[in-house]
Amino acid sequence: MTQHHSITLHLNGTAHAVSVEPRHTLVDVIREGCGATGTHTGCEHGVCGSCTVLLDGEPIRACLMFAIQADGRQIRTVEGLAHGTILHRLQQAFIDHHALQCGYCTPGFLMLAAGLLEADPNISDDALQDGLSANLCRCTGYVNILRAVRAVAAELRA
Amino acid sequence: MNALPPAKGQVIGHSVTRLEDGPLVRGQGRFAADVNFPRQIFMRVVRAQIAHGHLIAINTEAARALPGVIAVWTHADVASIPPIPFRATRLQGLEPYCQPILAAGRVRYAGEPVAVVFAENPYLAEDAADLVLAEIEELPVLLDARLPPAEFAPGTSTEPAIVRKQFGDVDAAFATAFDVVALDLSVGRHSGVPLECRGAIARYDAAHDVLELHGTAKKQHWNRDEIARLLGLRPHGVHLFEGHVGGGFGVRGELYPEDLLVCLAALRLGRPVKWIEDRREHMVATNHSREQHHSLRAAIDAQGRLLAIDAVFHHDQGAYVRTHGARVADLTAAMLPGPYRLHAYRVAGHFRLTNKTPAATYRAPGRFESTFVRERLMDAIAARIGVDPIELRRRNLLASADMPHARQLDALGTDVVLDSGDYAGLLDKSLARFGWDALQAELRARRAAGELVGAGIGFFVEKSGLGPSDGVRISVDRTGAVELVSGAASVGQGVETVLAQICAETLTVDYRAIRVVRGRTDRIEFGNGAHASRVTVMSGSATHLAALEIRAMALATAAPLLQAQPDELTLARGHVVRIAAPETDLMSLAEVAAHMGPGSPLMIGRTPGLTAERWFYSDHMTYPYGVHLAVVRIDRGTGEIRVERYLVANDIGRAVNPMLVEGQIAGGVAQGLGGALFEEFRYDEAGQPLSTTFADYLIPTLAEMPALDVLVAEDAPSPLNPLGVKGAGEGGINGVGAAIASAVDDALRKPGAITTLPILPRQVHAMLPR
Repeated sequence: MTQHHSITLHLNGTAHAVSVEPRHTLVDVIREGCGATGTHTGCEHGVCGSCTVLLDGEPIRACLMFAIQADGRQIRTVEGLAHGTILHRLQQAFIDHHALQCGYCTPGFLMLAAGLLEADPNISDDALQDGLSANLCRCTGYVNILRAVRAVAAELRA
Repeated sequence: MNALPPAKGQVIGHSVTRLEDGPLVRGQGRFAADVNFPRQIFMRVVRAQIAHGHLIAINTEAARALPGVIAVWTHADVASIPPIPFRATRLQGLEPYCQPILAAGRVRYAGEPVAVVFAENPYLAEDAADLVLAEIEELPVLLDARLPPAEFAPGTSTEPAIVRKQFGDVDAAFATAFDVVALDLSVGRHSGVPLECRGAIARYDAAHDVLELHGTAKKQHWNRDEIARLLGLRPHGVHLFEGHVGGGFGVRGELYPEDLLVCLAALRLGRPVKWIEDRREHMVATNHSREQHHSLRAAIDAQGRLLAIDAVFHHDQGAYVRTHGARVADLTAAMLPGPYRLHAYRVAGHFRLTNKTPAATYRAPGRFESTFVRERLMDAIAARIGVDPIELRRRNLLASADMPHARQLDALGTDVVLDSGDYAGLLDKSLARFGWDALQAELRARRAAGELVGAGIGFFVEKSGLGPSDGVRISVDRTGAVELVSGAASVGQGVETVLAQICAETLTVDYRAIRVVRGRTDRIEFGNGAHASRVTVMSGSATHLAALEIRAMALATAAPLLQAQPDELTLARGHVVRIAAPETDLMSLAEVAAHMGPGSPLMIGRTPGLTAERWFYSDHMTYPYGVHLAVVRIDRGTGEIRVERYLVANDIGRAVNPMLVEGQIAGGVAQGLGGALFEEFRYDEAGQPLSTTFADYLIPTLAEMPALDVLVAEDAPSPLNPLGVKGAGEGGINGVGAAIASAVDDALRKPGAITTLPILPRQVHAMLPR
C-alpha cells in the first residue's frame, strides 16, 4: 500500500515529477504534490464537482481518479485559465455576473464550463444547462453561474 | 444619528463587482485545507459507530504501533478540558448537556468523537483511526422528540428546557372564538451543508507565546475567548484567523470539539496540527438543524381574523446542547406570529435531546420552520371559512400605521419590536409583479387540460441586525491607502465589498482601493462576527460612523493649512475641496494623513494618525419582511414536483449592493427548495444515519431551479440605524417551505394536504386522484 511510484503530471503545461502511493487521489496530488490548491475537494465521492479539472480536455472528477492513472496526461486546472494578468473570459464573466459567493465551488464550475464550451462552442442552451447541472453550488442558487456561462457562450457563437 | 440620506449614493446602492472575486476565480483562495505549516501533523477523529451506549473500552494499541503515528487520545487524555460551552441565554440549566470534546463514558450519537489520532500524513492518520476499536455496550435509542423524555444522566432528563412565551388572554380568546383551526405539522432534519467542510489548523509559536488557530469562521472573538478559557490560556496569547470560508449558513464557525482538540494537540505535541473534515464526517459531525414537530390551534372570528394562537412544538436538538443553546427553539417561538395582528399567543417549545447529531442554527433558524407552520395555518383558516388565501392574509396583516409594533415577546434576549414595514403594500407589489390574477386563469386552463398545477404563497418576517455592538477602525496612511478593520467575519457573502462601499461613500475614494480586514482577533480587540444577518446593519453602521469621523478629522486638519473653516470644506474624489469650489482638489487624503503622522508638528502632544474607531450599538433587532410566490407542477406518473416559477419580494430598507442582495436571495431560495423538497438527514430504527453522502442527501442542482424573479424593496427603511438597512441574508430561504407547501396543496386541489417537509414524490404520488 505504501509503495511509492514516480509519475509525471503535466499540470497547466508544466511537468511535475511526483512520488505517489497508488491510493493517492489525483486531487490530493494536484493540491499537495503540485501545490495547486485552486482545485478543491467537496465530497470525495464524485457528486459535488468541486474538484473538476480537465484531463486531456475532458472535465473529470479529480477525487475519483488515482494520480497514478493520470501519469503522463495533460491536466488543466483553474490556475491555468488566466494568461498572466488577463483573466479567461469565463473568469471575468463570473466576476461581472456575481456568479460566486464563497468561491469554493468556483474553480470546479469554471473548469466544467471551460470543458463544455471548448468541446462545443455552439452548445445549445439545453445542453449547457444539463452540463452545468453536474456540479453543486450552495451559495448562488446557480442563477448567476448560468447567466455568466451563457454570456460567454453567446460571445463564442457571435 | 448621522443618518445617510435615503437616495442612492455615489457608491452605495450600486451593483458594483466584488473585491473578493479576483483571487477566488484564479484559484488563489485560502480555504482551510489550503493552510499549511512546516512540520505539521494531521489529526483524524475516530467516531462512534453506534448511536447510544456505554463506552466500555477503547483499544488504541494497534493504532499507536503504526509507524508514523504520533499520538492517540481518548477522553482520559483530555478529561481536564471542560465541555464545549454555549453563548449567553436566559434559559437556565443547560450546562449538564454540553458536549465533551471526546466522549466520556457514554456515546450519544453515531458520529460522536471517541478518540483522535495524530500522524505524519492524512492517509496514515486514517489508517490508524481504522485500527482504533471502541467497545460500546448498546443502550436503547431515542429518535423522536415527541416521545416522553428519557433519562439523559442520573438526575437529568432529555428535556433540558421548555421555551415558553405568552401574551394576551389565550383561554378567553378560545372560549369566545367563532371557530378553532388545529394543525399538526413537521419540518424535517436538514442543515447548511456548505461545500467546504470544516477545517482547523493550530500552531503554537513559542517565540511569541501565541497559539494560532486557522480555518476559523463567523465568530472569532467569542471563540478565542472560550478557547483561551477552556485551555487555561490568556486571551491575548490566542489568535484566530479567517481565510476564505466556503459557505457558513449557521453551521460553520461555531466552536466544535475538533477546534479544541487541534489547539490542545499543538500545545502538547509541539507541532502544527491540521484537521480537515471529510464529507461523510460532516454529515454526522457538523450541526444539523430544523427538525421540529408542531401542534397548534388558532382561534378565529367569523371573517377569519386571528384572535389567538396556542402552539406546542417539539424541537429535536440531537444528542447535546451546542454553542447556540436553545436559540432555535427560542426564535421559533418568538417569530411564529410573523406579520399578523395577534391579540393573544401562547407557545411551549419542548427542547429535547435525541440520539442524533446535535443541532443548532441553519440560515433563518426558527423562521423557516415557523413560517411554514404559520402560513400552513393561514391557508387552513382560509379553507375553513372559504375565502381566498390572499384575502385571508390581507385581513390579518399588520398595517403600516401599526409600526413600530411591540410583540410583547422576546427573542434572543431582546424585545421583539417590528420596527417598520408596509406589509400589504409589498403583498400588492409582489402579486402584480408575478401576474397573480392572470396566473390563476392560466392555471385553471392548464388544470382543465389535465395538468396538476398550482400556485402558493408564503409571507415572512425576518429578523436581523442582532446587537449589542460592533466596531470598525478606519485608517488612511500617508500614501492615501485606506484600511478598514472590522470585528465582523466573512462566510462568502461579500462583506468586504459592502463595508468598502459604505466607507467609500463618505471618503469619496474608489471602493476598490480599500483593504478590508475581518475575522482576525489580532487586528481588533472585540468583534461579534458574521451571523444572524447582522454584518451590514451592525458593522456597516459602524463603518459609516468611522468614515464620518475620518472625514471630520481630515477637514479639521486641512482647514488651518488651507486657511479655511472646516465647515467650508468637504471631500470629493478623495481630496479636501471647498464646498464653494468643489471641482478644485486642494489636498489629498494622503497629504492630510502625512500632516497627521507622528513626526508632524501638527500632532505634537496628540495621538497621531488619520485613524478612527467607531462603535455602533443596538439593543433591538430590525425586521425585514417579504413574500414568496411559487408555481408548481406535479408529475402524475411519479409524484415529482417541478417548481416552474418563483418570486421573492423582500424589503430590506436599503440595498447597499442590489446585485449582492439578489445573490443572497437566489442562494437562499435554492437552499429552501432543498429543505422543502429534497434534503433530509434520515436515520434507521437503531439511530444509524442514512444520509451520509451527497447521493443520499440531495442538494438542489441547476436542473431543480425554477425561473426566479427577485424584487428587492426599499419601502420601509429601518429607523434603528443610520443606513436604514435591514439584513438580507435570510429572506431568500425563510418562506420557501411555506410557499411550496401552499402551491402543492393548490396543485393537488386538497387544502391542507401537505403537513410535512420535505415533500417527497412518493407521498405526493399517494395523494394523487386515482
